[in-house]
Amino acid sequence: MNFPLPSLIAVSAANPWTYVLFGTIGFAFGYVLEMSGFGDSRKLAAQFYFTELTVLKVMFTAIVTAMVLTFGAVGLGVLDFSQVWVNPTYLWSGLVGGLIMGVGFIIGGFCPTTSLASASTGKIDGMLFMLGGFVGAFLFGESEPLFTNWYNNAGYYGRVTLDQVFGIPIGAVVLLVVLMALFMFWGAEQLERIFGKKDLSKEPRRRVAGAVALFAGAVAVLAIGNPSLEDRYNKVTFTRTETIPQLNTDPIVNTYVYTADQMLEKRLVFTSPAEAFKAKYNQAMNPVYLDVRSEADYNLYHIEDAVNVPLDRLAEVIPVLLSEPPANTVFILMSNDETAAVNAWKILVGSSVQNVYILEGGVNNWIAFFGENEEALRPAPNAGDDQLGYIFPAALGSRYESCSPDPIEYEKLEFEQKIILQLKRDKSGGGCG
Amino acid sequence: MTTQTRKSIFKRPEKAYVHPYFGGLVLGIVLFLAFFLTGNGLGSSGATSRIDALIVDSISPSHVDNNPYLLKMAGGDKNPLDDWIVPVFFGALLGGFASGFMNGRLKFMTTKGPHISDRTRWLMAFLGGVIFLYGARMARGCTSGQALSGGATLSAGSWVVMFAIFGGAYGLAYFVRKLWN
Repeated sequence: MNFPLPSLIAVSAANPWTYVLFGTIGFAFGYVLEMSGFGDSRKLAAQFYFTELTVLKVMFTAIVTAMVLTFGAVGLGVLDFSQVWVNPTYLWSGLVGGLIMGVGFIIGGFCPTTSLASASTGKIDGMLFMLGGFVGAFLFGESEPLFTNWYNNAGYYGRVTLDQVFGIPIGAVVLLVVLMALFMFWGAEQLERIFGKKDLSKEPRRRVAGAVALFAGAVAVLAIGNPSLEDRYNKVTFTRTETIPQLNTDPIVNTYVYTADQMLEKRLVFTSPAEAFKAKYNQAMNPVYLDVRSEADYNLYHIEDAVNVPLDRLAEVIPVLLSEPPANTVFILMSNDETAAVNAWKILVGSSVQNVYILEGGVNNWIAFFGENEEALRPAPNAGDDQLGYIFPAALGSRYESCSPDPIEYEKLEFEQKIILQLKRDKSGGGCG
Repeated sequence: MTTQTRKSIFKRPEKAYVHPYFGGLVLGIVLFLAFFLTGNGLGSSGATSRIDALIVDSISPSHVDNNPYLLKMAGGDKNPLDDWIVPVFFGALLGGFASGFMNGRLKFMTTKGPHISDRTRWLMAFLGGVIFLYGARMARGCTSGQALSGGATLSAGSWVVMFAIFGGAYGLAYFVRKLWN
């Protein structure tokens, strides 16, 4: 079993249990906030006068607990981090929005979710904060067109996590954040002693045990590390449906789940030259042709628009392939035959790149299909596996005729449809908005 | 408002709040389960703007179609409430109520600093709500959706938002100290 469960990622009317699940999560959320005292604005505001640092303690305990558990589960390979929502970084709107929120926090005494816990327990100020919230969110919607370009582009870095920013393993970040939180808890207690006149000797001793457990958890996350490419590859699954038409009744739709190796075995990820070519003229998809051969072969002959990424340099481009290309992007890999392209496919699939296909029979098959009448190209008699099967008079790159087949001449092509577009999750599908 | 409602509804004995570290531990486990099962974290401010979008859509659908921000949520035949954050929002309201009920804290009252009137507090709470949610939509998430959820997944942008929230509040705290102390 691989988490998160795909059927639970979004609410859907087809699966009413999703509403129950998210409702339950919300229920637990509201319950914890209320029982921690966040229904009372004085407790929240006290944070900013150092008399009581409950906000910081609750928030950071929650953050580090969830962080250690999440990255522990990722490290053990039960949770697929690429399917976990990570708030995309919009540096400037985040910074300005955060400062504005801080102002609202100290004036209003709540943040949005705590105002829910407050309002639902009868606090009139909580209700008014909530009401004001509806007005504030409305005003944002109305004024957003005035600065929409800044809002959507200023300091946009996409999905970026702190380990990428600092260039250290994610386990090390987890450990550092835990250490920082423990230091902050110690500091918070000192501040409460000084400003809040609190007697620390009455604090439960068990909190020290908790701190030790947290530290041990973080060390374990660092020690486990990340699952290997092979482990991740073996966990990838694909869903394919088969529709069998029936006389008089609705067609039967069978759904199959395949592993990555089964997809290769059943040749479901091999797209014919005809389909690969037609993809360019299909409005629904945005094909990217990745040529994983050596630069020398690429210079001899490559199909139009193909990008040369030799197999041994493929790892370098994976972050680019993952960082939010249009959701309908389809990657079509090719080598001379199929061997190198299949290896490339395994690497990309194991790295959670979606919509990756292999050109059936590679460049040789492309030439056999589109270049059979091209006189400049002569078959090479002794070509080995995954070598070019043709002899080229010159290294003309994509200037041979068959590199860019005429879309009018080849307007009607028959092929078996192999490319099933898997749309990524909606950008607005996670986080607070 | 009668004097009766000022007292605890259902007259359950009022219990003390839990220890902050315990509350945080439970909250962290809830947050982890949300990520583990659904891939989403916690949040609520997104639901506020979705409910707004529903109201605008029912009054003036053409206005929605002219506003790119609303269009994303309520354009065409899209139902703005068709998002996971909406059940989380209503669940949180219910959960807060349930905890208040269980712990004898259901009562109509105003929580405020000792030196201001109820009316001042109400005005400030309303104003604070307006400002907070404006900022929350700009930052694409509030203390829950950004600081808590994004903090736990180590999103770089969320840590910026988190420090900005605390920075904004600490920066202004001294100037509005009469509200709270």
